[in-house]
Amino acid sequence: MKSFKCDWLILPLLGALIVILGWHVLAGKKVVTKDAEGNVASEERKGAIPALPNVVETWESSKPYIVEPFAKRGELDQGILRFTWLSLVLVAKGYLIALVIGTPLGFMIGLSKFFTKMTDPIIQVLRPVSPLAWLPLGMVLFLDAGRNASELAALFTIAVCSMWPTVLNTAVGVRAIPQDYLNVAKVLKLSRFKTLTKVMIPATLPYMFTGFRLSLGIAWLVIVAAEMLTGRPGVGGFLWQQYNALIYEQIILCILTIGIVGFILDRLMSVVERRFKTA
Amino acid sequence: MSLLELNNVSKSFGGSCVLKDVNLSIAKGEFVAIVGFSGAGKTTLISLIAGLLKADSGTVTLNDKPVTGPGPDRGIVFQNYSLLPWLSVFENISLAVDQVFGDWDAAKRRAHVEHYIKMVNLTPARDKRPSELSGGMRQRVSVARALAMDPQILLLDEPLSALDALTRATLQDEISRIREETHKTVVLITNDPDEGIYLADRIIPLTAGPGATLGPSFTVDIPRPRDRKAINHDAHFKQLRRDVTTFLLDSKHDQKTTVTRKLVLPDIEPEDLTVIRSFGERRTAPKRSREIQEEKIEV
Ligand SMILES: Nc1ncnc2c1ncn2[C@@H]1O[C@H](COP(=O)(O)OP(=O)(O)OP(=O)(O)O)[C@@H](O)[C@H]1O
Ligand SMILES: [Mg+2]
Repeated sequence: MKSFKCDWLILPLLGALIVILGWHVLAGKKVVTKDAEGNVASEERKGAIPALPNVVETWESSKPYIVEPFAKRGELDQGILRFTWLSLVLVAKGYLIALVIGTPLGFMIGLSKFFTKMTDPIIQVLRPVSPLAWLPLGMVLFLDAGRNASELAALFTIAVCSMWPTVLNTAVGVRAIPQDYLNVAKVLKLSRFKTLTKVMIPATLPYMFTGFRLSLGIAWLVIVAAEMLTGRPGVGGFLWQQYNALIYEQIILCILTIGIVGFILDRLMSVVERRFKTA
Repeated sequence: MSLLELNNVSKSFGGSCVLKDVNLSIAKGEFVAIVGFSGAGKTTLISLIAGLLKADSGTVTLNDKPVTGPGPDRGIVFQNYSLLPWLSVFENISLAVDQVFGDWDAAKRRAHVEHYIKMVNLTPARDKRPSELSGGMRQRVSVARALAMDPQILLLDEPLSALDALTRATLQDEISRIREETHKTVVLITNDPDEGIYLADRIIPLTAGPGATLGPSFTVDIPRPRDRKAINHDAHFKQLRRDVTTFLLDSKHDQKTTVTRKLVLPDIEPEDLTVIRSFGERRTAPKRSREIQEEKIEV
């Protein structure tokens, strides 16, 4: 197809419009029947998927959370951005733990064949395990932590799940350091520490940041599961709580929020990542 | 007394012999060019001198001390520049200077770096990254980095072969000038006999691989400064070029004749399909070439 002016804006809007229309058509609608005196006789929902709230209902009931994004009416009744902030703080902590552990681990794996052989099967086995499986283990691990148990378990889950892209990309980056750079270090007789800081780390940075970006994506993915299971306040916790309270309208609000935040985080990281693409 | 000496150095990679019995002796202050075919083992030879590779047998000595590993006393300009892409021109050179002259104060080291940037005419590009430089400029940075370490010997591995002809000529003159200024001992690897003769005091051909070795050395008796245009008509230059080229081509030719291959021809003779056979006739086995002694057809 030929591209036209503003197609970068119009086409995505068109796509979104089609999806929203499809949603609205499939969604249920409240139908009120009245008797002769005008009293409400019965209320029922009709449509292809009666329980699914439609666009108007979703907007109406989500409005207070969007209009006052930072309001705090109760522990589990806060503005959507306030919830997002809580989730982001938790993700940031878990993600930092993942980076602090994952980067050196990746370096060691990249540097030593011995270490690679030793850890490879473990990593391959642990990597596909779902956050839903890690969380109970986290709970058990921090059973004695009392009030902090749920937070620690959530951090553990986020760190363990989001670590692997950082580990693997760093290892690949270390193995991909051109021999020429190492030869330069050898000719200059750089010490081991200087070779690491002046040559190996800068040469690996682009790979490391690719790992960091993928890890952040996973950390954000895990947050919902972690909050659901621990019942902590946050976007995911809110979503689960509203579902249990049979208020379905806010589920879609939460999904949209999670998606948009994830998208923004990914964009931000790829900007940082591109800055480190040298050569 | 010779500064650098190679005695019967051999090197193979996984069973295939690349260099065999290489002998070389270079005096202090000498400019030696080694010319050879692509893939002959030139980089291998320079890596052995630099200490980046270890010889399988034979010895490499610098000032009568055996070379055991790389070090800044042998400044090397790598074939592919090998600049660190995340550092600017200045930073690339000062990485070397800070390491080699760590005991100097910061101002002196800085001045030292600036001096060598100026020597290769890169002062305007001092804060640029390698990716922002042309091939010729990168090669100059690489030369400046090697020189700034103040090495006893400068090893240049095909420093100009990736450049276009005009840049190449300019940089040849620059190498020649820098050499006059610094009086360094230089080993220049090249694949261009003209370049070798134009720049060096002595040119040595490296025979075609595998199992390459250094040929006889040809002394270049052309007075300096040499004039690029005049040199083309110099009888000695022409003679040298002919000798070196002939030696190299002959060494390649020798390699070719030593390749023997055993061919096995199919041991079967074609059948005559026009001869119609009746069904009752038993099929005979195909005729074997080695069974045919003689066939005479009487007309
Ligand atoms: N690390 C290595 N492992 C295995 N084989 C190698 C290695 N380094 C070089 N070789 C082989 O040794 C031979 C000579 O290589 P070398 O790089 O020294 O050639 P060269 O003369 O520098 O070639 P060019 O002109 O292309 O730079 C080649 O056949 C190459 O395949
Ligand atoms: Mg080479």
